[in-house]
Amino acid sequence: MKEGKSRAYWRKNLTYLSVLLTIWFLVSYVCSIIFVEPLNQIQFAGFKLGFWLAQQGSIYVFVALIFIYVFLMNRLDGEYHLDEEDHP
Amino acid sequence: MSVQAWTFLLVGLSFALYIGIAVWSRARSTGDFYVAGGDVNPVMNGMATAADWMSAASFISMAGIISFIGYDGSVYLMGWTGGYVLLALLLAPYLRKFGKFTVPDFVGDRYYSRTARVVAVICAIFVSFTYVAGQMRGVGIVFSQFLGVDIDMGVVIGMVVVFIYAVLGGMKGITYTQVAQYCVLIFAYMVPAIFISLLMTGNIVPQLGFGSKLADGSGEYLLHALDNLNQQFGFAAYTDGTKSTVDVFFITAALMVGTAGLPHVIVRFYTVPKVSAARVSAGYALLFIALLYTTAPAVAAFARTNLLKSIADKPYTEAPGWYKSWEDIGLITFDDKNGDGVINYVGNKQANELTIDRDIMVLANPQIAGLPPWVIALVAAGGLAAALSTAAGLLLVISTSFAHDLMKKSFRPQTTEKEELLFARIAAGAAVLIAGYFGINPPDFVAAVVAFAFGLAASSFFPAIILGIFSKKTTREGAVTGMIVGIAFTASYIIYFKFINPSMNSADHWWFGISPEGIGTLGMLINFALTITISKFTAEPPQDVQELVEHIRLPGEKTAMIS
Repeated sequence: MKEGKSRAYWRKNLTYLSVLLTIWFLVSYVCSIIFVEPLNQIQFAGFKLGFWLAQQGSIYVFVALIFIYVFLMNRLDGEYHLDEEDHP
Repeated sequence: MSVQAWTFLLVGLSFALYIGIAVWSRARSTGDFYVAGGDVNPVMNGMATAADWMSAASFISMAGIISFIGYDGSVYLMGWTGGYVLLALLLAPYLRKFGKFTVPDFVGDRYYSRTARVVAVICAIFVSFTYVAGQMRGVGIVFSQFLGVDIDMGVVIGMVVVFIYAVLGGMKGITYTQVAQYCVLIFAYMVPAIFISLLMTGNIVPQLGFGSKLADGSGEYLLHALDNLNQQFGFAAYTDGTKSTVDVFFITAALMVGTAGLPHVIVRFYTVPKVSAARVSAGYALLFIALLYTTAPAVAAFARTNLLKSIADKPYTEAPGWYKSWEDIGLITFDDKNGDGVINYVGNKQANELTIDRDIMVLANPQIAGLPPWVIALVAAGGLAAALSTAAGLLLVISTSFAHDLMKKSFRPQTTEKEELLFARIAAGAAVLIAGYFGINPPDFVAAVVAFAFGLAASSFFPAIILGIFSKKTTREGAVTGMIVGIAFTASYIIYFKFINPSMNSADHWWFGISPEGIGTLGMLINFALTITISKFTAEPPQDVQELVEHIRLPGEKTAMIS
């Protein structure tokens, strides 16, 4: 593969990583830890929002983030013809 | 049928299944032994990773701990799941593309140095041994509580079973038994959780029942009632917690990064056929883990509510049947300090009369809720599945580190494949014996140290691997110094506060208010800073290493073959 092309692929990957990891950080560290008390003022069903995020919500977001990354990268691999054979 | 008969039946059946699978999937080459031939289906690998990852601590202890500390327990819930995001996005795909057998393999090749490899092997063995001893102990405890077998005998039975399938089957045997073990453990966790959720809130899904109204007709939300109960007896409100924000932040980070740096988890991603499979497999692993991890906080809240309602402030003579049976084996103790015959279970330590072992919250939950005997037996089989699957994964890392990283790659390069396989089997056998010994004679420090394995992994491997992939110019000198200083700093802080001077172990004396549990995060930052700085002032890595880094960043280009 050409140098320029592989660099473009890598840059795109780094963009995806920074966006997804920012969400990862916001949900867990910012919402569930640093600002948990103000968020606890918001109630839904029997949960305080901050508490729910810390014990349930953040975990669902983590699962979603990985599957979104899988989807984005599979598409990117296809665009750059980097997808692999089934038996390398 | 009695609980004990059910337990013998279910545990016996599950063991027969594990051994059957091991015989069917025997390892024939080192590739089979170390990475299951490298052709495991990603969904299967996800299940195996989940079982590998969820130990006796996740299955038995976690809900109990959360039950006692409420919001503060979130550090475990987020810490032990959030690490998979790092693993899937930053490590697994690249290490799979690199495509050898172990973490020290990567560190040794990427940092073109035998020293780096040996440092990595020592860290891997140290982390894995502290972890595995706790698992064998867990096996012993489950046996003794549910089958009336002596704890030592329980450990020996566990050793024999692990020996058969880890030594015979290697990674291949372990992978397929772990798939079976995941099914057993998740079923065993969910069934009582669903029953209890139905009983307490009328909602069949524990994750939702947790936020529903109590089914006792009071119309009150469960968590709200629990906050009130906790405060009524002088404990902090369940949804608030007592740890400082800084400490919660650092502990969560240490657990997350440590998870991503644990060698027995990373090595699972070498077993799938290609890079895209490694990514999606991490997704499945977290999905399967999340099933248990989102149920655990619900179980914790149910158990806490039940406990306070059924025994706090009740006359001792009226305590329920399950209470007496756990008191008999010393996991609940009652000391009637004011002699009024009432169980005063309160937040104030001087006045409190009741001590409850946190482990019984999951084990006793089905009894507390009055569930049928087969459900109680199922919990025993599930606890064993969780402990055995993790022990096997760790033993494999130890044997691989010895046979492959130390013998073949560092000190005896002329080793043939057949010899290497033999060494690996002998090392696995020896590791089982040592782990069993620690299970029978647990040194006091083992239990204390298991929780710190994460801090040690976070401060040693994680920066070396991340920088190795994302920064081509990171040098051998930088990485080796970073790993050594990172792990030494973290270990000294922990040893000082936990063993040398435990009386100083309080927020007033900690650096920046960070507890020993969270110090791995600081160790990791020091490691990053040192590695990056030193790399700026040392000679660039050789050209072929820089090309190797280019190569692992691109999935489709000639994936390295498994021998």
